[in-house]
Amino acid sequence: MNDAPQSPPSRLDPEAIPRRDFLGRSALWSTAATLAFAAIGMARLPRAAVVSSPSRKFRVRIPETLPDGEPFLPSGRSVALFRDSQGVWAVSLVCTHLGCIVKAQQRGFECPCHGSRFTSSGVVEKGPAPAPLVWHKVTFEGDECIVDEDARVPAGTKVRA
Amino acid sequence: MTTATPPKPALRRFVENLRDAPRRVRDSALRSGKANTDRTRSTFVFDNVFLHVHPVRTHRWSLRWSSTWGLGIASLAAFGVTLVTGVLLMFYYKPHPSAAYDSIKDIVYVVPTGRFIRNIHRWAANVMVVTVLLHMARVFFTASYRAPREFNWLTGMALLAVTLGLSFTGYLLPWDQLAYWAITIGANIAQSPREVTDALGVTPSFDPGGLQKFLLLGSDVVGEEALIRFYLLHVMILPMALAALLAVHFWRIRKDGGLARPADVDQRVIDDTEATYPVFTQAPRKTYQIAALVRGRTAAVGRAPENTLPSMPHLFYAELAAAMLTVAVCVGLALLSDAPLKELANPAVPENPAKAPWYFLGLQELVSYSAFMGGIGIPAIVMVGLSLIPYLDRETAGTGEWFGGPGGGRVVAQAALVGLGAALAVEIFAIRFGWLREWIPDVAQLWITLFNPGTVLAAIYAAYSVWLVRRYDSTRTGALGLFTCFLCGFVLLTVVGTHFRGPNWHFYWSPADWPAH
Repeated sequence: MNDAPQSPPSRLDPEAIPRRDFLGRSALWSTAATLAFAAIGMARLPRAAVVSSPSRKFRVRIPETLPDGEPFLPSGRSVALFRDSQGVWAVSLVCTHLGCIVKAQQRGFECPCHGSRFTSSGVVEKGPAPAPLVWHKVTFEGDECIVDEDARVPAGTKVRA
Repeated sequence: MTTATPPKPALRRFVENLRDAPRRVRDSALRSGKANTDRTRSTFVFDNVFLHVHPVRTHRWSLRWSSTWGLGIASLAAFGVTLVTGVLLMFYYKPHPSAAYDSIKDIVYVVPTGRFIRNIHRWAANVMVVTVLLHMARVFFTASYRAPREFNWLTGMALLAVTLGLSFTGYLLPWDQLAYWAITIGANIAQSPREVTDALGVTPSFDPGGLQKFLLLGSDVVGEEALIRFYLLHVMILPMALAALLAVHFWRIRKDGGLARPADVDQRVIDDTEATYPVFTQAPRKTYQIAALVRGRTAAVGRAPENTLPSMPHLFYAELAAAMLTVAVCVGLALLSDAPLKELANPAVPENPAKAPWYFLGLQELVSYSAFMGGIGIPAIVMVGLSLIPYLDRETAGTGEWFGGPGGGRVVAQAALVGLGAALAVEIFAIRFGWLREWIPDVAQLWITLFNPGTVLAAIYAAYSVWLVRRYDSTRTGALGLFTCFLCGFVLLTVVGTHFRGPNWHFYWSPADWPAH
């Protein structure tokens, strides 16, 4: 490209990117890239593809004698079941504030941790809870109910056998 | 040349060397010998890998008890105690929900000295939180965070966060009721940004709260994944982070020129060298000249060694005393009071009341009004505010002096009254009259998140401190007021959360009034 006769490149000629700079930058950037890839890989590790928590579906028979508007509390589950003329529904007992298990009171529920109070349909009356209690999905199988604590339904959803 | 003496037989030399071996081992390990002259006192410091982060000579101002109250060393000593006792506990502790509780019971009831070691571990962790907080207060009130020490204030903030993290992760490990419900609450606080994203309706696409909770628990519930994560954080990740930060913190103290001192300190401290050497041999007086090889604000450049004393023995004996006192306090408390262990964790029935460790109860009090503001919003604002202090306060008056700065001790006393008074007034109001939800049942959650006793209190403190800045025409005075207010607010809320809150987080005058359940 140049008309002047090209002399063979000498080590003393200035280079566009000096060789040592090039090697140094390659070392720096390859290290940075390696660390970045390693970091991305490590950041993925704490989120497992499959969560080890068991399914929270259960089968329960509501006693015939359960009066309207009274909660039925299956043991070992954080759900209250209700029945009236319109059907059956399940209200979660997990407080929407910080996850404590609310206690059924005369009327509605009260949270032992920070004093949130809910009506029996889960609406917040008092305290720090930011949202109403969740309603869970109920399906009938014969005269037994299947309650799925992992599935939520809109509040007010009542099902009949 | 004289005639060479005939060499000893090799076997004789071997026996002599063998006889001398113990002395030679000792001499090769400790090269400097007895520290009884200025020279050997210096080599004692810089020939020792563990001591050489110290300067050879220490300023008299730094050696006064009232300069630091030894709180940094006390924190380090408490950390050392938790480290040793923690490793001992790891011999028996098993981090799995099916074994954790039983292994703690074994440590308490079966392992010889196990209960005592666990008590010391628990008390040293508490002592460490207290001394770290007091150390921060000391550095703040003596204005020791100012240039060139700004960055060390930041490493200190990081150390505070790691210290609290260590305490919190340790809380879950016994897998008892206390642990389980405190961590359930903690994990849901991590999830509480949902309070805001739900209100804005963006949770399905943008859910930092859910991500935080999931990363912490490794699952949707507090279970085996959560326990192993907390264990890993508690025994490996956080201690290593703490050690790395400590190394930077200590090295920086030295590089930033030792402890902060008033500018006119050399006129104030009278040289009474004769009186300070009662038990140690008087060293020959020497004049020093430090080669001007180093740039910047290193320990002794441009300064004469007047008003300094050899670190060995003066500094080291003081440090040893502070450390031993800390150890004694930890052991004494461990003898007096057992670490609690409640019933096995029961995911169906919460503790009532479920209380976090005492130093989080101030936050729990705020959380009982709004999870996001109390648990994340206000703590984040406080941490950012504290971190910015050295970069906003660029004044020089009062550096190195207690309550130094315009207004000084009077402002601190006034701010303490304002801080306590405002916190008390807000608490009494909220306990007596309730809050938004009770007045307007269908109020939007966002209003409560933005306007709750915690944010009201923070706003009062901020307004007061702005007033101070204008009144005294000094950022430092505003910072003094704000820091004192937050400290007093923290103490008051912690007392309320610890003593005056009972089942269902209702107000009780005393735990004796709690209803039996």
